[in-house]
This record gives sequence, structure tokens and C-alpha cells, in this order.
Amino acid sequence: MPLTRDQITQRAAKELHDGFIVNLGIGMPTLVANYIPPGMDVWLQSENGLLGIGPFPSEADVDPDLINAGKQTITARKGASYFSSADSFAMIRGGHIDMCILGAMQVSQTGDIANWMIPGKMVKGMGGAMDLVAGVRKIVVTMEHNAKDGTAKLVKQCSLPLTGQNCVHMLITDLCVMEFDQGKQRFVLTEVAPGVTVDEVKQKTEAEILVSPNLRTVST
Amino acid sequence: MVKKVHESAAAALADLKSKGVLRDGMTVLVGGFGLCGIPEHLIKALRDTGVTGLTCVSNNAGVDDFGLGLLLQTRQIRKMISSYVGENATFEQQFLKGELEVEFNPQGTLAERIRAGGAGIPAFYTATGVGTPVAAGKEIREFYRPSDDTTFHNRTPGATSGTYAQMAPKVAPRGADHPRRREYVLETGLYGDLALVKAWKADEFGNLVYRKTARNFNPMMATAAAFVIAEVEEIVPVGAIDPDAVHTPGNYIDRIVKTVPEKRIEQRTVRKA
Repeated sequence: MPLTRDQITQRAAKELHDGFIVNLGIGMPTLVANYIPPGMDVWLQSENGLLGIGPFPSEADVDPDLINAGKQTITARKGASYFSSADSFAMIRGGHIDMCILGAMQVSQTGDIANWMIPGKMVKGMGGAMDLVAGVRKIVVTMEHNAKDGTAKLVKQCSLPLTGQNCVHMLITDLCVMEFDQGKQRFVLTEVAPGVTVDEVKQKTEAEILVSPNLRTVST
Repeated sequence: MVKKVHESAAAALADLKSKGVLRDGMTVLVGGFGLCGIPEHLIKALRDTGVTGLTCVSNNAGVDDFGLGLLLQTRQIRKMISSYVGENATFEQQFLKGELEVEFNPQGTLAERIRAGGAGIPAFYTATGVGTPVAAGKEIREFYRPSDDTTFHNRTPGATSGTYAQMAPKVAPRGADHPRRREYVLETGLYGDLALVKAWKADEFGNLVYRKTARNFNPMMATAAAFVIAEVEEIVPVGAIDPDAVHTPGNYIDRIVKTVPEKRIEQRTVRKA
């Protein structure tokens, strides 16, 4: 059984550690915030200038001056800080953020990521994605293993324009978990979803991948 | 003291054509992230001056009927320099017809270009965008990450002589696991003819205090234009703001106008009761 979006999200949340400073991308990655284990202190950064995102506000607490990078109204947690966009991206580029979880349209076997434009379609812009993948210490990509038409998204070389090169550390899909080996410059299959075989993963992957000798089943 | 406070947004712009500040084809920096922290009344006042052919530097382009979307509707913008423009159908139509030019900058690069421009730094290297369409045609150079280089090897990239070479110790940079240099792309500083910024509070000298995430691009833009107008919600006498609490020092600000902003919300999201 492939993982549901919820299970992918839960698996991504297992990468969090106490005290981590984390930036969550728009969409599925945002939901990781719902699975931060109780008692674990994780600080969420929003690139529009907030460290310490709190829960969504009650109707009475909605403040137009307090939004996240997805332009949603939010709250700030106790101990939060506000800063300018220049300071925010200094934090990002300077390696002061421990982890970023974001989605992708394509990932290459050497850790390149493409997630901001499709040639021929209206380009909306990269926002902060290029800065995040270039600067954050650990980049975790969550995505469906294959596109809706079945084509591979983990490919030898991205056909789409890149967001960043050689920057993805971990990949969590509905089929498996892979970690990037810096020395071998390839992804290593470390976990498969319950009932999913190595052969199935390989068949649905265009990229050349390695298989860990300690292959496990994904636990969420 | 020079009188900076004006009665309305329109009044703050009224004489700027005759002063040569407002002119067709000029570059205008406009603060805000989405619709949060935008100088909404100054944008309307700029529209009403009829100035055209503008290059607008702003992280986003507003929505169809609010923010910079208003200047798009009237076709006063020739070019946008932004990081994301997803929420605007007018933008899309004009772009697809070739009537509007767009330069996408990564958000952090845009913020740093403006910061650098205001700080007198003409160019800087960043890892953001290397290997992507953003770096096309730009100078690329290898450096160690600053955090891998506490022994200052970046001081001597390829240098064989000179003062810096004598300073550099002859040991490999720290971080033996990853002693690789990485590629950086040269980006230029950005400075405008006019900046329109939004703050929460100002004193009559122009010291500004921003509020929550409405700060965003406003502090850098306030430093990076020949003429800077601040739209605020409250104006207090000089001395009423604690000097330790000032976000933008008043010398950067030429004019101040107090308004009652609408503060439209793009994605009203609330938790279930």
C-alpha cells in the first residue's frame, strides 16, 4: 500500500528534532506542523519575517499584519520574533535554518530539484524556494513518487528548469524514503512503504538509485 | 525641522512632478508581502498622478483590484521585478500579450539586492540560483561557504601575492568533510527613483516602527530610493518613540502620510472553534 498524503506528512515529521528551526513549504509540507510530537520544541520560520509560527487564529484574533508565506492569517507563539525579508533570507542563506521540507515536480539522481516553472505555462515565480534550497542545512522533499500520468519524477536529469542543484538530502514519497549519499552522489533507498517492493520502486524510478543493506519498512 | 508630514497620500505626491521626482519611465519600489504591509493609499495616489511606463520593484503584484493590481489595470506599469505574482489575472493577461515585462528574482536575492543598493554595495555573490535560469549570463565564482572558512581562504581566491595572501594561514579550511568550494552568482544592488513604504507608526522626523509581518520588504526599500514616502497608521511627536525601538531611522524618510488602511486579507484562515 502506497502511503497516503497524511502518512507522507507523518513520516516527514519524524525528521524533526528538539530545538530545530524549520521552514515548511506551501501545501503538503505545511501539514507537518500538525505532527510535531508533544513536548518537542520546534521553531517554525516563515520567510516573510517570523520565527515562531503559532496555530491559526480564532476568528477574533485574525490580524491582517500577521500572515505566513502562503499569505494565510496565523499567530505567533510565545518567544517569537519578527524581522525584515533581508534578515529572514540572511537566516536562510547563512545556514541558520536546520531543515526545510518542500514539494517538487522533479528531483534528479544527483539531488537537483525543479519545482517552480513549466516551460510554456504561465510562470508565477520562484518566491523563496531558490534561497531555501541553496541555504538550509537539510532539504527534505515530500512528493508523489510519480506524476498523475505515471511518469517518473525521480529522474536521471531534470527536464524542467532547476530551482537548485545538488541540494536535496532526503526524499519521502508515497512509495519510499531515500537519503542522498554525498560520497556516491546518488540516492539510497532506505525505507519502502508497507507492501511495496524494491523492484516496484526501481520500476517507477528513472534515476539510478542505490539500495541500503538495512532496508526497512516505513513506519509513520 | 523640515516638514515631512503631509495631509493625504495625494498631497504627499502633488508637487513631485514639478520637482522632477515623478516622471514616466521611473523605477518605483513598493513595500509589502502579498497584501500585507503594502502602502495602499500611496499606490492609489501614484495611479492618480497618471505617471506611466513604470518599472515596479515589489515582491508581489497585488490582486486584480487592490495593491499594485490597480496600476496594472490602468497599464501604468511597463515592467515588474518580483519573486512571485500568482494572485493576479490582469498581470497574467498583460504578460501573455507581451504588454508587460517581468523579471523574476528569488525572494532572498530581491531582498538583498535592495538592502545592498541602499547600503552602497553595487554587487554581491550568492549561492541562490546557481545552476538555474536565474544565473544565466551572470558571473559565477567559487568560494568556500563563510561558515566553512574561519581561516579566511576566501580572502585569496586564486591570488598569488599581495597583502591578503600574507594574512591567509596555510592550513585547509575547517570542515574537512566538505572542504569543497561552491559556486556563487554575482547579483547587483538595486536602487529606485522613488520608494513607497508602509509602517505602523512614525514620528514627525520619520523614525519608523513596523508591525508584525507587515515589516517584510519595507525597511530595505526605505533605504534604497532617491525619494521615500512612508504611509503610517499613527504619527507621534519627535521623542515619543524609544530610540531603541526605531526600525528605520528618520533620515531615510522624505515624507510621511497618515492613513486608515483597509488591510485586505488574501487567505483568511482560522482554527476550528
